[in-house]
Amino acid sequence: MKELKLMKGNEALAEAAIRAGCDGYFGYPITPQSEVLEYLAEHAAKRTGMVVLQAESEVAAINMIYGASGAGKRVMTSSSSPGISLMQEGISYIACAELPCLLVNVVRGGPGLGTIQPSQGDYFQAVKGGGHGDYKLIVLAPSTVQEMVDHVKLGFELAFKWRNPTMILADGALGQMMEKVELFPQQPRVTDVPEWATVGKPKNRERNIITSLHMQAEAMEEINNNLQKKYKAIAEEEIRFEMISCDDADVVLVAFGLVARICTKVVDLAREKGIKVGVFRPITVSPYPYDALNTLANNIKGILTVEMNAGQMVEDVRLAVEGKVPVEFLGRMGGVIPSPEEILHKLEEKLACPAGRFVGVLA
Amino acid sequence: MNEKRMLGEDHYEQVIAEESICTNENLVYEKPETLTDTPMHYCPGCGHGVAHRLIAEAIAELDIQDKTVGVAPVGCSVFMYNYMNIDMTEAAHGRASAVATGIKRVLPDKYVFSYQGDGDLAAIGTGETIHTCNRGENILIVFINNGIYGMTGGQMAPTTLVGMKSTTTPYGRDVAVMGNPLKITELIAQLPGVYYCTRVAVNTPANVRRAKKAIVNGFKYQELKKGLSFVEVVSNCPSNWKMTPLESNKWMEENMFPFYPLGDLKVPGKEK
Repeated sequence: MKELKLMKGNEALAEAAIRAGCDGYFGYPITPQSEVLEYLAEHAAKRTGMVVLQAESEVAAINMIYGASGAGKRVMTSSSSPGISLMQEGISYIACAELPCLLVNVVRGGPGLGTIQPSQGDYFQAVKGGGHGDYKLIVLAPSTVQEMVDHVKLGFELAFKWRNPTMILADGALGQMMEKVELFPQQPRVTDVPEWATVGKPKNRERNIITSLHMQAEAMEEINNNLQKKYKAIAEEEIRFEMISCDDADVVLVAFGLVARICTKVVDLAREKGIKVGVFRPITVSPYPYDALNTLANNIKGILTVEMNAGQMVEDVRLAVEGKVPVEFLGRMGGVIPSPEEILHKLEEKLACPAGRFVGVLA
Repeated sequence: MNEKRMLGEDHYEQVIAEESICTNENLVYEKPETLTDTPMHYCPGCGHGVAHRLIAEAIAELDIQDKTVGVAPVGCSVFMYNYMNIDMTEAAHGRASAVATGIKRVLPDKYVFSYQGDGDLAAIGTGETIHTCNRGENILIVFINNGIYGMTGGQMAPTTLVGMKSTTTPYGRDVAVMGNPLKITELIAQLPGVYYCTRVAVNTPANVRRAKKAIVNGFKYQELKKGLSFVEVVSNCPSNWKMTPLESNKWMEENMFPFYPLGDLKVPGKEK
């Protein structure tokens, strides 16, 4: 029996956290995602005994996550751009200590205090590291409220499978919009204690230490080598993407998250005009589906990347296609969402070159 | 002596072994199993080693090794986990009490402590310290106050005394520029979330015994779930104070103790 509900993105995500058997949430209010903490504060403890704590800052919150995930529990935090910036030191520690946890960034427009409107301006921060040192998060980019739900479950699974922090990279619109969602059934909270967790040393095992400090250069390099080996394995196993109407497409729109949905509307509009357009949507933006996009580039004439930023993912698109086809970019910033018509217009502009094709046309 | 030398080192060691007074019959003191065999890196005369040992002894005597998780952040004691034979987490600078909060909240029946220096607890981590205390987290915070940044080489700490020289106050701490030393322990003792708050030292056998009792209390009180235990250990830093261990202890008694007086600030059952 399907359980369908009409829910706001942030609340659906919070509901999914309870159902995923989350043990603890530590967070600090910030628009546009405060509903996550509010929803959990109202519902979580009485339903599953989940710990919900409003920390004194994002800095404290991420360090509570560090401690609680080190204790082997399924824990998460959520925030929005400036708050996520504050967490970066802690995220770097968590990544190096290889602790599993779920981070949610409901991105708002920046830089600085910016705006509370939706943005994708934190793409670089999310997928290229964000904090200090060489580390990577697993980053999932939902494009619907349904995926806000599904990615919570998936995010915890991936975090524990790889002992790696996993981030859901949403945006202010996905957090605030209401949509129909299908909720998965309540999962029990896990009681198994991972062998590496700091829970008190019994007589029959060595003490567990959670640290990211390795003073010898060679030892620290070894830690780094192991992390890179893990990231490579993650890239081999965990890439997820979606291709919409790409089979016969001449031109492909590459977009993630909310913008990918807008681009599917563009496909309909364009095809009404006889332009064969498809959409390539990375679901994992880290690891990035480079190979799939590279293969796709063999059969198309051009790519238009659309983002709510100044052009961040487009760099990965260009890396992926290795110059096989021109890669154009359309970006809106500061909280402005591009309209389907605007994207179609840009596409037509690019198509209206002397050869009548999306080739060698660089604005 | 000459005879022993002539007999060779093996024989000498054998004689020593035979004459050892460390037999089971007369053993009065031994390393608790909660300490590892790793030699400590602390400077001669530093109080960290004693404080570590007291925590290890308390855990061993209370028989809670399998239920204890420690947190030590950046500072001289960042390698505490090398010496303690317990589960430990190394925390970011200033964040130990937040990390300890995270652990305690998901493992409410375990014993959790943080071990923090003055820069960590009273400068970069002041926010976490106050809020952890104010929430009344059922943990023990051991606060080592030696009035200086030891690990980074002797810079001014929030607790550096007025006029006291450090590498960043080469002419002595000037109140007009750097403000007064922060009595963070007096500050947090006011908070209802703090159940037990005391200030001790480890410079004499009597003070070591008092410090031990305070630390044992800090662990035992966690069972009551009535709030946070805070034990400040006023300590020395011979290397960065540029003194011998003896001189540093004397200086501590004459200068640190008047400003940071030893004794209980808050004892369960009797408000001071």
